[in-house]
Amino acid sequence: MATKVAQSPSRVQNRHRTRAIKHASREILTHIVLIPAAFLFLLPFLWMLSTSLKPDAQLYSYPPVWIPHPFQWANYPKSVTYVPFFLYLRNTVVISVASMIGVIFSSSLVSYSLARIPWPGRHFLFLLTIATLMLPFQVTLIPVFLVFKNLGWVGDLRPLIVPQFFGHALYIFLLRQFFMSIPMELSEAARIDGANEFRIFWSVIMPLAKPALATVAVFQFIRSWTDYLNPLIYLNDQNLYTLQLGLYQYSSQYGREWGLLMSAAVLITLPPIITFFFTQRTFVQGVTLTGIKG
Amino acid sequence: MAQQTQSQAQSRLAAGRRWSPETRRNTINGILFALPWIVGLAVFWIYPIFASVYYSFNDFNGIQNPTWVGLANYTNLLQDDQFKISAFNTLYFAVISIPLAIIFAFGLALLLNMKIHGRFIYRTVYFLPTLVPSVALSLVWIYLFNPATGLINVPFDWIGIRGPCWNACAAWSRPTMVLVALWIIGGQVVLYLAGLQDVPQELYDAVAVDGANLWQRFRNVTLPMMTPVIFYHLVTSVIGAFQFFDIPYIMTGGTGAPQNSLLFYSIYLFKNAFAYFKMGYASAMAWIMFVAILAITLLIFRSARRWVYYGGVDFS
Repeated sequence: MATKVAQSPSRVQNRHRTRAIKHASREILTHIVLIPAAFLFLLPFLWMLSTSLKPDAQLYSYPPVWIPHPFQWANYPKSVTYVPFFLYLRNTVVISVASMIGVIFSSSLVSYSLARIPWPGRHFLFLLTIATLMLPFQVTLIPVFLVFKNLGWVGDLRPLIVPQFFGHALYIFLLRQFFMSIPMELSEAARIDGANEFRIFWSVIMPLAKPALATVAVFQFIRSWTDYLNPLIYLNDQNLYTLQLGLYQYSSQYGREWGLLMSAAVLITLPPIITFFFTQRTFVQGVTLTGIKG
Repeated sequence: MAQQTQSQAQSRLAAGRRWSPETRRNTINGILFALPWIVGLAVFWIYPIFASVYYSFNDFNGIQNPTWVGLANYTNLLQDDQFKISAFNTLYFAVISIPLAIIFAFGLALLLNMKIHGRFIYRTVYFLPTLVPSVALSLVWIYLFNPATGLINVPFDWIGIRGPCWNACAAWSRPTMVLVALWIIGGQVVLYLAGLQDVPQELYDAVAVDGANLWQRFRNVTLPMMTPVIFYHLVTSVIGAFQFFDIPYIMTGGTGAPQNSLLFYSIYLFKNAFAYFKMGYASAMAWIMFVAILAITLLIFRSARRWVYYGGVDFS
């Protein structure tokens, strides 16, 4: 490369001797940067947790109280009855689970076609698929809304679920990459045994794709669970609200009920985080492959 | 006889296209398997794109039939002060937050890539904020940034000065939003870290033989090898900045206050479409946005020749 520094043997020895010390001090310096950064990243979580356990009197005290005294555990049971929390939970679970089924169904079939069936149009279709990723969602937002409006679906859960059964570019991309990594010989062997294309898909490829399918399912679960814009546009009946919309309702004539609100926020934030902890490996691989921000 | 010539013609046609029975079977299967997405593309992408172009030339409230107004939506936008403010806010946000996001995400990934203890714990901690639902996230930030009693003012009290007014006043609201956006760079940290782990060790060994110091190693190996990741981050961030919606929308209660300083492009577009029911006007905004993103992306692609290093290593 551009730098070529001549080295004397003594310098090499010197470096060898001090390498251990150097390494240790560098590690300590790194932690000195990383630990405060970690604290900053955790701060809103800690504050959420702390606030969720505070009695009303400490919510606005300044300087702020970090450790609530006493711990107001009652905020939690109160937060799930202050608004119809379990109704919103049910709606959110229905949307999330149905969407997960939808994306697994659609993305696996489509990716199989793109990755493992040599047909003339597949490169063009893949190109179109990638092109949809470049198009800002605002362009299609209004016409899609009007399509659902003309179908009479605005106001219920279908606009949040049905599109997932028609595929999504990121998942198609992710699964296509995975399907292409499976040796073609497996399909050919099954074909010689008389299996048709669907049977090869279902009995040979899908069982092998379980880790990739899990990634898709996890991503979609978190996407549906945390979605804000689509419920905001499509839901107007409070009985069909998701948890995200429900968070708005923790206010009285005196303003926001911060204690209850933060209890609910903790409860709503937990499922994605727990999911992440259990699927961390596949999750990180998925993020790396597709660049999804989460 | 007629049947025979028909089948002959068919087989000749097939031969002309060189479609063996296998190719034909594959084509049928390929289309069948891809059918959900072919329908989805048509209904959720291709039709909406044409419809959106059409609406953008119409006065349209989503209920009555559209009336053709030609370029009026576009020319009106150019005279709309709120449109200009929203475009400015979005560009300001993009210009400040994207370079900072690249520096911080890359920097944190570099530190994590030193084989230190607990790196996976750090990585998890940095990634966690990206999992918080945006409503919960935005409400916590409102509470934290409260100019009177918010936690964020405590360090300012320690050094005896009054903290800024954060998202409550126009002077500080945009930098506050940049801060909030920087808090969710965990996904990018993971991307950079993966990129760093793909840098071939031989390259580091080679410069080590040359006696390169830490900075020279970074400047001559790490940075060039990471330019594709930076490039990817840059391109996706531009799209992301234009689409930045949830957090400012929730933190400002959908208003873009104070003094429209947080009225981002996508918020104004959303308000036009779903609060004022100016669907044609909002569609015109969407197309201006698309053209702007496309232009910026093309510029970045063009500049890539000069600074993105693709040589030698297969990044596919």
